[in-house]
Amino acid sequence: MQEESEVNKKKVIVRVCIGTGGLAAGGKEVIAAFKKAITDFCVDLDLDFTCHYQKVGCRGFCARDVLVDVVDGDKSITYQGIKPDNAKRIVQEHLIEGKPVAEWLIDDSYYAFHDKQHKILLKDCGTIDPEDIKAYVNVGGYEGIKKVLSGMTREEVIGEIKASGIRGRGGAGFPTGVKWEACLKAPGNPKYIVCNADEGDPGAFMDRSIIEGNPHAVIEGMMIAAYTIGSNLGYVYIRAEYPAAVERLKLAMSQAREAGYLGRNLFGSDFGFDLRVKLGAGAFVCGEETALIASIEGQRGMPRAKPPFPVHRGLWGKPTVINNVETLANVPNIIRNGSAWYSAIGTDKSKGTKVFALTGKVKNTGLIEVPMGIRLGEIIYDIGGGIIDNKQFKAVQTGGPSGGCIPASLLDTPVDFESLAKVGSIVGSGGMVVLDETDCMVNISKFFLEFTQAESCGKCVPCRIGTKRLLEILTRITKGEGREGDIDLLEKLSADVKVTSLCGLGQTAPNPILSTIKYFRDEYEAHIIDKKCPAKVCRDLLTYSIIAEKCKGCAACLRVCPAGAITGEKKKPHVIDQDICIKCGACFDTCKFKSIERE
Amino acid sequence: MTEVLESIVRKHRENEGNIISLMQDTQDEFGYVPREAVDYLSGELGIAPSRFYGVLTFYSQFHLKPRGEKIISVCCGTACHVKGGSKIAERVQRELHLTGEGETTEDRKFTFEVVRCVGACSIAPVVLVNDKAYAAMTPDGTSRLLKQLQKEGSVAGRK
Repeated sequence: MQEESEVNKKKVIVRVCIGTGGLAAGGKEVIAAFKKAITDFCVDLDLDFTCHYQKVGCRGFCARDVLVDVVDGDKSITYQGIKPDNAKRIVQEHLIEGKPVAEWLIDDSYYAFHDKQHKILLKDCGTIDPEDIKAYVNVGGYEGIKKVLSGMTREEVIGEIKASGIRGRGGAGFPTGVKWEACLKAPGNPKYIVCNADEGDPGAFMDRSIIEGNPHAVIEGMMIAAYTIGSNLGYVYIRAEYPAAVERLKLAMSQAREAGYLGRNLFGSDFGFDLRVKLGAGAFVCGEETALIASIEGQRGMPRAKPPFPVHRGLWGKPTVINNVETLANVPNIIRNGSAWYSAIGTDKSKGTKVFALTGKVKNTGLIEVPMGIRLGEIIYDIGGGIIDNKQFKAVQTGGPSGGCIPASLLDTPVDFESLAKVGSIVGSGGMVVLDETDCMVNISKFFLEFTQAESCGKCVPCRIGTKRLLEILTRITKGEGREGDIDLLEKLSADVKVTSLCGLGQTAPNPILSTIKYFRDEYEAHIIDKKCPAKVCRDLLTYSIIAEKCKGCAACLRVCPAGAITGEKKKPHVIDQDICIKCGACFDTCKFKSIERE
Repeated sequence: MTEVLESIVRKHRENEGNIISLMQDTQDEFGYVPREAVDYLSGELGIAPSRFYGVLTFYSQFHLKPRGEKIISVCCGTACHVKGGSKIAERVQRELHLTGEGETTEDRKFTFEVVRCVGACSIAPVVLVNDKAYAAMTPDGTSRLLKQLQKEGSVAGRK
C-alpha cells in the first residue's frame, strides 16, 4: 500500500554540484543535510512528494558554490551559496509550502555569467550524473559511435572531422582530422589512441572538470578516434593529482564495459576497443607528447626530437594519436550533429567553442565555454563580472607557463588561435588568470620561470640552463639588484631559448617574460632603476613604517610581528626597527587603523 | 615488508606494469619508497636500482623519506599565487616550525608541501589536507585549521 502511494507521488529532484568547487564548498554535506531534513519532516508529516538526489559535475559558476537546483516538474529553481544549514529551510518553505526561499536564489550575475557562453561540452557537465552511464545515454550518449559503426567508413569520419575544422585543444591547435589521417595512413600495427589528461598548467582545470562531469563523452570520443585510425586499445594518461577524476573515469569505464560499450564486437560490428588508465607521477613535461609516451612506457618522461611524430612512431614505436581531453569530448558532438553545425561556430580559422578556466582577480571565477572569436573584454567584464573590489584591471594571463600577459589596451582582441598568438600569448590549454593593479608583472614572470625551470627535464641545454639563468636575472631584479642592460639580456636570452630548445616546454618558457617586457617595460625599469615595485609586491623593495599620527598604540601589530621588530608603549605610537623587519607584511594586514605605510 | 612487495610484484607481472606503476604501488603501501623496497624489487626483477632511482627522482610524486600522517599541501599555482598562496605557505611553515617545503614535523604528524596547481583555481587560494580541499583560505584561517587538526588528530570538515 505504502509503496503504491510512493509511486503516485510527484518526483522532486534536488541536484547538487559535486565538481571540485562544489565538493570543497561542502557539496556532499549539503546532500546529506537535504536527506536528513526530508527524513526529519517525514516523521511528522505525510509528504506529497518523493525526493531524488542527483549529483552533477562542475556547473561552471564555482564562485557561488554550492549550487543547488530544485526541480519540480518542469520548473527548475537554482540556489547559490548553499550551506548544509540552509537545507532545512529550503525543504520546509520550498518543497513543503511551495514558496522558494527568495534570499538564496541565484541573482543577475548568474545570468550574466551564462549569457555570452555557448555550451557544447559543458552543457551536460552539470546536468547529468557523471556516475551513471544511463544519464549519458539519455542525452544522446554513444549515438556518435553507433552512427560511425553503422556505416561510416574511416575516410568519411576523417572527412567529417576535417570539415568541422576542429583543432587540438591541448595548446598547439593542430588540426585533429589531419592528425588522424596521418595515423590511419601510417604503416604499422597495432596502433594506439592516447588521451592526454595530464593537465599540468597551473591555473587550468578544464580537462579535470570535463572528466569529472562527463567522463563518457571522453570515452566515446576515444572510441570514434580508435575506429578511425584502426586502433583497438587506448590509454588515458591522467594526473595523479586529480583523484576524483581518476575515480570517475574508472567507474565510467567499468560501467561502459558492463553495458557492452567497451570490449569486443561493439554494437554488432567487428570493431573492438578497450581502455587503460595510466597515472602520471607529477611531471609537467609529460604533457609534451613524446615525454608522455616515455612515461606510459614506464621511463623518465623526457621528450625526444620530432620528427618522427607520434602518428608515425609513438607508443612502443607504433603509430599513435595523442589527443587532448577537450578535443576528444568534442568528437561525439561533431559526429552526431554534423561538421556543418560545428564549423558554423567560431571564426574563420578557429572553429567551435573553447573551455576556459577563468580565475584570479575576477568576480565570477569558474569554468566557462565560449565560441572562438569572443573578445577578451567580454569574457572578463560580461562573463567574469569585472574585477574584485572594482580595482583596476591590469592584464590577463592566458596559456599558463607557455603563454603571455595581455594588457588592458588589447581587451578587444578576439580569442582564437591566431589573434592571441599575434599579441604574444596563446590560447593554450585554456587557463585565464586575471590580474589587477596589485599584481607585479615582474613577479608574475618570475613565478612562471620558477615553474618552468623546476619542471625542465634537463635533457637539452638551452632549456635546462637557459631557464635557470633567466630565473636568476628575474630574481635579482625583484630583489632590487637589477642591473642596467638586464632587460636586453632577458630579451636576447629568451630568443635563444625559444629557438634552440628541444620541446615545447623550453620553446615557450620565455613567453611570459617577453610579453611582460613588451607591455609592462616601465615596471621592469622601476625595479631596476628606481629600485621600486610599483604594485608593492616584491618584498625586498618594500619598507614598512608606522605613521605616528594614525597609530593608536593598540599593539596588534606588535603581537603578530614574527620577527619582534615592533616596539612601543601601550596607547602610544609604535615603531618598526628596519634592521629587524623581515618585510612579511603581517602588521600591514593586521592594522585596523591603516597606520602602517608600505612603500 | 617482503609479503607486501611479493604481492606488488605479482600484480606487476599480471598487469604488464612498469617501473612507474611498481613505485606507485610501493608508495601507496608504505607512504614513501623505502630503500629496502627498491633493493628487493631490483633483485626480484633483475632491474638495476639506478633505473628505479632514475624514475623516483624524476617524478615529483615520489618520496624517498617517510612522510607525516597528514600532508598539508599549499597550492601555489597561478591563481593561488596571485591570491596570496605564498603567505599561506609561510604561515603553515611557521605554525609547524618547519624550515622548508617537503619537511615533516618531528612527531610525524604533518608534512608541509607546496604544490603547483591542483586544478581548483576558481576557489583559490587552496590548501589540501591529504586529498580534501579547503577553499578560499587566509593565513589566519590556515592557523585555525592547523590548530583544529592538531587538536582532533583527524581530518575534519571546515565550518
